[in-house]
Amino acid sequence: MPGDVVISVEKLSKRYLVGHQSAGAGDSYQSLREALVRHGRNMARKTLDMARGRQIIQGDEVEEFWALKDVSFEVGQGEVVGIIGRNGAGKSTLLKVLSRITEPTKGRITLRGRVAALLEVGTGFHPELTGRENIFLNGAILGMTKAEIRAKFDEIVDFSEVEKFLDLPVKRYSSGMHVRLSFAVAAHLDPEILIVDEVLAVGDVNFQKKCLGKMKDVTKTDGRTVLFVSHNMSAIRSLCTRAILLRQGGLSKDGNPIEVIEDYLGANDAASFDGLISDDLPRVYETGEARVRRIQLLGDEGRPTNHVAMGSPMEWLVQFEVLKPVDDLLVELGMLDTDMNQLTQSLSVLHGRPGYNLTPGRYEVRVRIDAVFHPGSYSMLVGLHHQTDGATVDWIERAVDFEVMNGPSDSPYHYSAREVRAFIRPPETWTEPKRLVEPA
Amino acid sequence: MQTILEPCRVKKNYWRDLWTYRGLFQVLAARDISVRYKQTVIGVAWALIRPFLTMVIFTVIFGRVAKLPSEGNAPYALMVFAGMLPWQFFSNALSEASNSLVSNANLLTKIYFPRLIVPTASVIVSFVDFLISFVILVGMMVYYQYAPSWQILLLPVFVAVAFFASLGPGLWITSLNVKYRDFRYIIPFLVQFGLYVSPVGFSSSVVPEKWRLLYSLNPMVGVIDGFRWCILGGDSTINWNTFGMSLAVTSFFLWLGIHQFRKMERTFADLI
Repeated sequence: MPGDVVISVEKLSKRYLVGHQSAGAGDSYQSLREALVRHGRNMARKTLDMARGRQIIQGDEVEEFWALKDVSFEVGQGEVVGIIGRNGAGKSTLLKVLSRITEPTKGRITLRGRVAALLEVGTGFHPELTGRENIFLNGAILGMTKAEIRAKFDEIVDFSEVEKFLDLPVKRYSSGMHVRLSFAVAAHLDPEILIVDEVLAVGDVNFQKKCLGKMKDVTKTDGRTVLFVSHNMSAIRSLCTRAILLRQGGLSKDGNPIEVIEDYLGANDAASFDGLISDDLPRVYETGEARVRRIQLLGDEGRPTNHVAMGSPMEWLVQFEVLKPVDDLLVELGMLDTDMNQLTQSLSVLHGRPGYNLTPGRYEVRVRIDAVFHPGSYSMLVGLHHQTDGATVDWIERAVDFEVMNGPSDSPYHYSAREVRAFIRPPETWTEPKRLVEPA
Repeated sequence: MQTILEPCRVKKNYWRDLWTYRGLFQVLAARDISVRYKQTVIGVAWALIRPFLTMVIFTVIFGRVAKLPSEGNAPYALMVFAGMLPWQFFSNALSEASNSLVSNANLLTKIYFPRLIVPTASVIVSFVDFLISFVILVGMMVYYQYAPSWQILLLPVFVAVAFFASLGPGLWITSLNVKYRDFRYIIPFLVQFGLYVSPVGFSSSVVPEKWRLLYSLNPMVGVIDGFRWCILGGDSTINWNTFGMSLAVTSFFLWLGIHQFRKMERTFADLI
C-alpha cells in the first residue's frame, strides 16, 4: 500500500580498513636494507593478522575509514528518492549495503519486497557471448526468470536498438551499443524496490533521455519505490519526490529535492565570507612548507562577497603562511563548475620568471581577473606550487563557492537565452559585415 | 517478504534464497561451457578429442612404458580410463571451484545472489565434461567388446561421491583464496600430488598393506576403486572399508567447506 514503509535504515555505519604506504617508501631511492626491513615488517604484520583471522591489508600502516556514519532514514512505498553528495560521500557504499552486497558494520536495515540493484551497466556480460545470449545471462543474473526474459525479449531488443547486431559477440560492440543493451535489460526488471547507481551517466544525450523517460514510467505508472544516485541535478529534480544529501558518510539533509540540491551546491552562509581555510580541512597534496590560510572574493569597495555580476572583473584575495623558508613559490587559482571540472587556471608567476623566495611569515596576494564569465554556480580551488618543477606545496580543491549573476538587462553583459551554455566569453574583436564582391 | 540486514546476522533465508536463485546454477554453468568453444574451428568436438587424447597418452605411458600391471583380464586401456575419468572430474572441479570466486569478482561486487552458486556451477561444468568423457568410455567398452555387469548400476553413487569430494575442499579453498590469494598457487601442487597417490595409472592392489590406512585418507581412492569396480565388474576388486573411509573424509570436507564458506561469505565483496 502506498505510504507503507518499505525501506527502514537505522543508524547504519560501514567501516573499511585502508592501508597506507609510509611517507618515505614510495620515494625514489631506498636502500636495499630499508626495503627489506619494511617488507619483513609488513609480512610479520600480515601473518599475525592472518593468524588472528583479520583482513590482510597491503601497505605499511593501517587506518580505519568510516564510509557511512549513523545514517538513518525511512522510505515509503512509491517514493522516488534521489541520493546526492560529493564523490566519496558514501552514496555507492549505501547502495551496496542496501543491495546486500556487503554487510553493515553497525546498524540495521529492514527491506520489505524484492530488491533489484543496478550498480553497474552490463554486470555479468561476457565478451565472447552474443548479444542474444548476454540478454539471457544478464537478465538471469539480475534476477529475472527465463520465462520473464523470453516474454520481454522483443521489448528489450527494441529499446536497445541493436537488433542488427544481436548475434554478434558483444566484444565487437561499440561502447554505446554495450551500454544500450545492458540498460535495456535492466530497464525491464520489475522488482518492488529498485536501486540505481549513477548508471545513467553513460550513453549519448538521446539515450539518456530515453532512460530517464523509462525510469519515469516505471515510477509513475507502476508505483515502484526507487532509490537513485546521480550527479545529474536536473534528473534528480525531474524524477525524485525526495532527496537525501550525504556528506562524508553522514546524512546531511533529507527532504524536498530542490532544497537539498541547493544545499549540496553550497549556498554559503550569507553572513560571513571570511574565507578562512582551517588546518583540519583535508588537503589533496601538501609538503608543509607553506599553507593557504584564507581566500576571498572581493566585491564593491573591497568587501568580501559570494557573488559577482557577469562582466564585472573579479578580485580575489589569497593569504598564505610560510612555515619553512621556501623558494620559487607561486600561487594558483582555478575555477571549477558544479561537476568539479576545472575551467580556468591562473598562475601568479609567468612561465620563465622566478617564483617567490619567502621567509616564514604571513603573506597576501591579490589578483584581478578581467575575463567575462557566464552566469552559474562555480567554486574556486587554490594552490601553492614551486614554479620550476611544479611540485605542489599546498592544494585545496574546493576552497570557496561563488555565483556569477546575470548582468542587468540593459548591460552589454546580459545572458538572455534560457539555458546557459559555455562558461566564458573570451576577449575578442569582431569586424562589421563587409559585402563580398562577386568575381566577374 | 521481509529481509533484515544486520552485522553478523545468521541468514535464515539462505537456503530459501538458494532455491529462488536456482536458475543461476544453470545460467553460470552454461555460460562457462558455451564460452569455451567460441571462435574455434573444431568447436564442440574438442570436448571429445581432449579426453580421448588423454586416454591414449595415459595408456602408452602407464601401460607400455611403466608396465604397471592390469587387474584381472580387463584390457589395460579400459582400466586406466575407468580410473582417469573420475580423477579428471575431481581435479578439474577442484581447480575450477577454487578459483571461481575470484574470477567472478565482477559479479560479486555488483549483484546479490547466494555465493554458494558460483563454485557449485564450476563443479557442474566439470561434471558435464565428465559426462562427455563417459561417452568415450562407453565407446571404448564397445570397441573392446567388454560388457559390464550389474555393478554398473551403482555408478551414480560413486559419481555423486566424486562430486561432493571436489565440492567440499573447493568451497574451503575458494573462500580462503578470496582473503589470502596464496591458495591459488597451492592448488596445482595439490592436484599434481594427488594424481600420483590416486589409483589412476595403477590399481590399488599394488599398495602395500602397511601404507593402506594412510593411502585411504585420499577420498578419491574409494571413488576411483568403486568406479573401476562398477565398470569392470568382477575383474576389479573393491575394498568396502576404503570406500567407507572415503565417504567419511568427503563428508567431513563438505561440512568444513560449507561452514567456512558461509562464515566468510559476508566479507567477499569487501575483500575480493
